[in-house]
Amino acid sequence: MSVDTSKVATSNTAAATAKKPTKVGAIAEWSDERLGLAAMGKKNLRKIFPDHWSFMLGEIALWSFVVLLISGVFLTLWFKPSMADVTYQGSYPQLRGISMSQAYASSLDISFDVRGGLLLRQMHHWAAMLFISAMMIHLLRVFFTGAHRKPRELNWVIGSLLLILGTLEGFTGYSLPDDLLSGTGVRAADGFIQAIPIVGTYIGFFLFGGEFPGDSIIPRLYTIHVLLIPGLLLALIAAHMLLLVYHKHTQWPGPGRKETNVVGYPMLPVYAAKAGGFFFITFGVTAIMGAILSINPVWKFGPYDPTKVTAGSQPDWYMGWPDGALRIMPGWESHFWGHTWSWNIFVPVILMPTLSWMLLTILPFLEAWITGDKREHHLLQRPRNAPTRTAFMVSLMTWYAMFWLAGGNDLIAIKLHSSINNITYALRVLVFVGPAIAFFITRRWCISLQRHDNEVLLHGYETGVIMRSAEGGYSERHLPINEAKAYAITVRDRGRVGEDDGVDAKGKTTLRDKLRTLYYDDDIQKPTVAEIEEAHAHAAHEDHALEAGHGTQAVEAEHGDPALEGGHTSH
Amino acid sequence: MSDSHHEIEAHTDALLPDPGLPEHHWRPTDVDPAAERRAERQVATLFGLSILCTVLFVVFYVTLRTGIQGQKFLGLGASNVALGLTLGGAFLFIGVGVIQWARKLMADVELVEERHPASSSEEDRSATLAALQAGLEESGIGRRPLIRNTLLMSMGVLVAPAVVMLRDLGPLPGDKLKHTVWAKNMRVVRDVVGTPIRPSDLEIGDLVNAEPEIIFGTDKGQNLPAGEVLEGADLQVAKAKAATVLLRMDPDDIVSQVTRNWSVDGIVAYSKICTHVGCPISLNERTTHHLLCPCHQSTFDLADSGKVLFGPAGRHLPQLPLGVDDEGYLVALSDYPEPVGPSFWERDTKSPAEVADEWSKETGK
Repeated sequence: MSVDTSKVATSNTAAATAKKPTKVGAIAEWSDERLGLAAMGKKNLRKIFPDHWSFMLGEIALWSFVVLLISGVFLTLWFKPSMADVTYQGSYPQLRGISMSQAYASSLDISFDVRGGLLLRQMHHWAAMLFISAMMIHLLRVFFTGAHRKPRELNWVIGSLLLILGTLEGFTGYSLPDDLLSGTGVRAADGFIQAIPIVGTYIGFFLFGGEFPGDSIIPRLYTIHVLLIPGLLLALIAAHMLLLVYHKHTQWPGPGRKETNVVGYPMLPVYAAKAGGFFFITFGVTAIMGAILSINPVWKFGPYDPTKVTAGSQPDWYMGWPDGALRIMPGWESHFWGHTWSWNIFVPVILMPTLSWMLLTILPFLEAWITGDKREHHLLQRPRNAPTRTAFMVSLMTWYAMFWLAGGNDLIAIKLHSSINNITYALRVLVFVGPAIAFFITRRWCISLQRHDNEVLLHGYETGVIMRSAEGGYSERHLPINEAKAYAITVRDRGRVGEDDGVDAKGKTTLRDKLRTLYYDDDIQKPTVAEIEEAHAHAAHEDHALEAGHGTQAVEAEHGDPALEGGHTSH
Repeated sequence: MSDSHHEIEAHTDALLPDPGLPEHHWRPTDVDPAAERRAERQVATLFGLSILCTVLFVVFYVTLRTGIQGQKFLGLGASNVALGLTLGGAFLFIGVGVIQWARKLMADVELVEERHPASSSEEDRSATLAALQAGLEESGIGRRPLIRNTLLMSMGVLVAPAVVMLRDLGPLPGDKLKHTVWAKNMRVVRDVVGTPIRPSDLEIGDLVNAEPEIIFGTDKGQNLPAGEVLEGADLQVAKAKAATVLLRMDPDDIVSQVTRNWSVDGIVAYSKICTHVGCPISLNERTTHHLLCPCHQSTFDLADSGKVLFGPAGRHLPQLPLGVDDEGYLVALSDYPEPVGPSFWERDTKSPAEVADEWSKETGK
C-alpha cells in the first residue's frame, strides 16, 4: 500500500472526552461506592504487557482450559457415571442388545443421540490434548529463556503442579466412558497401584472398592475428574495469573527495554482485545477440530470386558512416556519372605515419573544454587546464552522422547517391519545415551552461536556480496548489524555472577563450585567495549582500503589477530 | 508502593549505549481515512459472519439428524460437521475481528511502566513484623505453651476422622487376590457362548478363550440356584481373574514336566491375565506356542510352564491343571495353584516346579 505513513496521524486519534454522566457511569458509581473498584482499576486497567509470539503459548493453555470447563459442564448433563449393567437400546445398531455399563451406554447416547453431543465430546478431548501440549511447550519457553529465575520460581512450581494435575485430569477423563480401550488403561493402573510395596494392595482395594474392576471406580474417577482436580486446577491457575500480574511479564531485551521497566501495550484496550480475542480463536479452532477430526471413537472399541483387549492398545499421548518406560524395563522382580516387589512396574511408572517431576519442579532452585545468582531477572535470556541450562533441558526432552518412542515400540516394529525385540533393546540403551549425546551437542551448539553473536557484533553480518580485488583475490563484504540488534544481543551477563565458595576445611573444592565450573565452562563472553571499538575502527579502515582500491592482500596483512576466539572465518 | 531506595538492580552492564525506544511509525489506518474505514468495515463484516454462523448453527441443529442414521457429508456425520464448523466459525470470526480491531484501529503506541522489586519495602516489612509481634504478644501464644501445644495437638488429631472415614472405601484384601472361582472338577467352557469343550474339539494349534462354567450360571450344564449365580460387579471380578486360554499343541512339543502333567492330550490351560499389569493376553504365535501381551509385549512360552521369553513381565503365567470329567469334557483339577494377574506385595512367588510340588502335596496327585 502506498500510503504515506510518515506524517502524523490526523484521524483515528479521537481522545475520550468528558461527557455528561451516562447510565454506565451511574452503574460504575454505584459499584465503586460498594466495592471501591476505582483504586484497583487505576493500577491495573492500563497495565503494560510486553508482546512476543512466544508469550501466547501459555494463553493457549489457559483458553483451552476454559474450553474444557465449558464443554465439560455440558457433557455432565448427559453422562451417567455408573457401572450398573444395562442392555444398550440406543441408535447405534452394532451394539444394540449388548450388555454394558451405564457409563458406556451414556457415552454412546452422547455420541449418537444428543445433537451436538459428539461435537462436545470431541471438542473436550481435543481441548485436553491442546491443554497439556500447550502447558508443556509453555514450560519449555519459560525455561529456555530463563523466565523461571528469581522472582518467578514459585510460579514455576505452580506451573509444574498444573502439569501433573492436568495429566491426571486427562487420565481420569478418558477412563470415564468405560470402553474397552480406557478399561484396559484402568486395568493397567490397578496393576501399577498393586506394585507399590507394602500398601499397594490396600490402596488398590480402597480405590476400586474391592477387587478390580468392581463397580465403584467410574463414579469415583468421575468425582475426581469433575470436582477435585478441576477445583485445584482453577485455584492454581488463578494463583499463576495473580503472580504473573504481580511480577509483571518478562520481556526481551532491546532498545529501551531494561530490567527496570516493562514496555508494551496497555491491558485496556490492546492487550484485553488481543488476549480476549484469542480465547474466541482457541474455542473456534477446537470446535473445528471437533467437527472434522475424529478422536476417541468409543463406539468402535466396544464396552469394557476384563477378558478382552485389542492389539495396539495405547494411552493418550501424554501418558505415553511412562507406558514406554514400562515396556522397555527389564522384567525384574524380587521375591523374598513370601513377598513380591515388582521393580519392573514400580520403577518405570511410580518411581521414575515421580522423580522426573520432582527434578522438574526444583530446577529453578537447583540452577540458582549452582550459579549463586540472587538477583531479580525480568529480561529474558536467549537459550544460547545459558548453554548448560539449554543443554540440560534438551537432554530431559530427549529422555522424555525416548520413553515416548518406547510407548509405541509395537507400532514402530509394524511400520518399519523390524523386530520389536531389537527396538526394545535399542531403546533401553538410547534412553540413557540419547540424553547424553543431546546434552553435548546442544551445549556445543549454543557455544558456537555465542561465537557467532560476537562475530556479527565485531565484524558485521555476511552480506553475500563477493568483492574481487585488483589482484584477483575474493572476499565477502561484511556490514555492521543495526544498532538495535547490536544493543539487544549485548545485554547479557559477563562471566559468573555468584561468589565462589572457595576450598572447604579439607582444602577441597566444594561440590557447588565444581558444578558452577561445569555450568559456565567454555561459555563465550561478549566482547569488551574496547574490542568493539577496535573492530569498528578496523572495519572503517578496511572499507576505506577497499574503496581506495588496495588489494585484499594489503587488508589481509593488516588484519592481524581477529580479537576473538572463533576468529574471522570469512577470508 | 516503593521508596526511592527500593529498586531493582539494573545488573546487565550496558556494553553499547541504549538507543532508546524505536520511533513510532503510524499505520495506514492512522493516517488514511479510507484505510481506516476499510478496516472498520472488515471488522464489522467479521462480526457479521459470526452472527451468520450462529444462525446457521441453530438451523443445522434443528434440521439435521444426528447419529448413525443421520445425513452424511464426505463420509462424516453431517450434523457433527455442520454444527462444529458453524460453532467454530461463530467463535473464530469474533476472535479474528477483535484482534483485527486491536491491530488496525486501536492505538498502537507502546508504553513504558517501571518495575518494582517483588519484595516489600523495608518500612513495610518492619511495620508488618511489628503488627505480627503485637498480635502474637496479645494472644500470649508464646507465653502459654500449654495452650499452644494442646491446640496444635487437638488440630493434629483432627486428621484422624478424615482418614478413618476412608476405611469404608473398600474391603481389606484378605486372600481375595490369591483365589479365583475355578474349583476342582469345574468345567472349562468357551468364553462368550459358555459351551463345554471336549479335547477332540480342538485341533493342534487351536487357541480357545475359556472361562469357568460358573461364569455362565451353570454347573455340569444344569442351572445353578439363583443365589449362586454371579451377577454385576461380582461377575466382572470373577471374570477378570478367571479368564483362561486353552492351547492344543503336539504333546511332544511340551518342554516342562509340570506343563505336561497338567495337560490333557497336549491341551494346556493358562491364566489369560498378564503377570505384568494384568492385560488379557491374546496374541498367539501358532508355530512357537508363544503368547504375546498386546499391552507391553511380554512374551510367554506355553510349552514351558508359561515362562517369560521377552518383555517386562517378571513371572511365568500360572497354569491351570486340566483333567477330563465322566462325560469327556475338560475340567479344572483345582483352582489355579498360585495367584493370577499382576504382582502384589503379599504374593508368595515361587518357581513353577515349587508350585507344582506344593500342589501335588495338597491334592495328593
